[in-house]
Amino acid sequence: MTAILVVDEPENPLRRAALVEGKNDFASVTNIIAGVAEKRTPKGWYLMFGCAIALLLNLGAMIGYLVFNGIGVWGNNIPVGWGWPIVNFVFWIGIGHAGTLISAILFLFRQKWRTSINRASEAMTIFAVMAAGIFPAIHVGRIWVIYWVFPLPNQMSLWPNFKSPLLWDVFAVSTYFTISALFWFVGLIPDLATFRDRAMKAGRTVAAKAYGVFAFGWHGSNRHWIHYEKAYLILAALSTPLVLSVHSIVSFDFAVSLLPGWHTTIFPPYFVAGAIFSGFGMVITLMVPARQWLGLHELITLNHLDNIAKILLLTGTMVGYAYGMEFFIAWYSGVEYEQFCFINRATGPYWWAYWIMVTCNVVSPQFFWIRSIRRNPMALFVISIFVNIGMWFERFVITVSSLNRDFMPSSWGYFSPTLIDVLTYVGSFGLFFTFFLLFCRFLPILAISEVKGVMPEANPHHGGHHGASNGGHH
Amino acid sequence: MTNNTKWGVVAEFDSAASIYHAAEKVTHHGYTRVDAHTPFPVHGLDRALRQGPSPLGWIVVCCGATGICLAQLMMWWMNGHDYVFWVSGKTPYAWPSTIPITFECMVLLSGFGAVFGMFGLNRLPRLHHPIFRHSTIWRATDDRFFLSIEATDPKFDSRETVRFLESIGGKHVEIVEE
Repeated sequence: MTAILVVDEPENPLRRAALVEGKNDFASVTNIIAGVAEKRTPKGWYLMFGCAIALLLNLGAMIGYLVFNGIGVWGNNIPVGWGWPIVNFVFWIGIGHAGTLISAILFLFRQKWRTSINRASEAMTIFAVMAAGIFPAIHVGRIWVIYWVFPLPNQMSLWPNFKSPLLWDVFAVSTYFTISALFWFVGLIPDLATFRDRAMKAGRTVAAKAYGVFAFGWHGSNRHWIHYEKAYLILAALSTPLVLSVHSIVSFDFAVSLLPGWHTTIFPPYFVAGAIFSGFGMVITLMVPARQWLGLHELITLNHLDNIAKILLLTGTMVGYAYGMEFFIAWYSGVEYEQFCFINRATGPYWWAYWIMVTCNVVSPQFFWIRSIRRNPMALFVISIFVNIGMWFERFVITVSSLNRDFMPSSWGYFSPTLIDVLTYVGSFGLFFTFFLLFCRFLPILAISEVKGVMPEANPHHGGHHGASNGGHH
Repeated sequence: MTNNTKWGVVAEFDSAASIYHAAEKVTHHGYTRVDAHTPFPVHGLDRALRQGPSPLGWIVVCCGATGICLAQLMMWWMNGHDYVFWVSGKTPYAWPSTIPITFECMVLLSGFGAVFGMFGLNRLPRLHHPIFRHSTIWRATDDRFFLSIEATDPKFDSRETVRFLESIGGKHVEIVEE
């Protein structure tokens, strides 16, 4: 097989850089990715997994404590009835959106560079949505009647109120989780078959059986590929409007209310841009160390990181525009309550949260105008942490600073989280990382068949008279 | 050995280009019960193998339409008919407020249609397939490309088909038992 040249000519956009670097062929791509799951578990993995499990147990303990005592254990109170749980819910669900953007929207736009990051990002989506789903569920207080949110017959013969944005959220988030999980699983099937066949060959029968059950008997039949590719395309086409709808509906939780600071028409696009921004931040936070520790430099190249940084720059700037436009409209509307709300955000008791948000989300991605920073994994990692922090504060600012000074100054208050709030939030990272570490250990963390599909040799006319310079199906 | 215990003949090829040309020759030669087994979908192979497009889109359209109808029926019946409940002065059934849930139900059922429809069309999951008896088939999920001609093909003749697959560059040409 031919070695692939590393072409990187940013000054000539007509020549695309190779998506797989180094002297790799199909077999070596399989070896690199399957090798991650087949080699002995590194000590560092046990250490991280231990920490993640400890945090997960802490989450369980906090939820147990909450269920026994009621939501008074949190800092939520009048006037700030929505505190950290809603902030955390929006934070986590937003993170999920980058995974769907990568797997669905970039697929429809034929962005072939997505192939090496889509699998891990989709896993990130699923685990982030799981972490997100916990918060509204435990926020209802009497969690044992949570099934009232579903249209099920109950003892009061009362049905849910379908005009409530909170119920739209139930449908949006559960559909989002289901479709993301199915999309991820469909993508995994050919790679699980690869793992099954390698395990069988190496005589690891238990592993072969375990992977075999989930590979569904896949044997790469071209008739199967025809239906499979159609299913993948349809799922991408469904997920694209779905992901936009989910964060729009999350924003409706706020925007459909009549509260100054929440009741704005800019919320759906503003929330979607912020979600993608935060999700790509988390992709960098996860992929930079994974790439380093698992030796995936030739598959997740600096060009991939460069592209992600550009998306961060774009979406961060869109979020900055939304911050400015919100302020402008508050002034331009002539509504004094709106004006007060925004002045209060920037200069009131939560001024520090507002300016952390602006610094992290609008200022920090501006470093990505510089090419050498976009291609420096360490710098990317540091900025991605700022993005994660900034996006959490964005949700905090929106939720808390719109509530803390309501229409009657006599009822103004200051929200402070309790220790239970903090530990529950920290615990949600335990849930996320427990699943993510298990995924990194046992499943194909890159989409093996898709990476092969974008290599030049994958083109049946490669090296022939057609002389295709870059490979890939479609 | 009689024909009814044979599943077919399987041959290995070493590149996307060679399986593509082999597929063209096999179908050109008149074989019809032919399939390829590849680590990733090879562009143009469906044409070379004369395999038609997937009808999955139609299944998904039907599922999506069902999702829309069920969602509308559910919201109209529950809020506007079975238990009419006035909340904040809004009409019990108001169509604009049903759009988000109708959309989500459409996506959910379409997604089920796409995934389970694909499994149904592919007859998956299945625990075993005769092709797994081939000695190097495990490389079909790694770096090799396979072509199979089933014994039910009218032109199938074990000796002749094996010779033909060898003549077009197939390696490890084996007769696979049912």
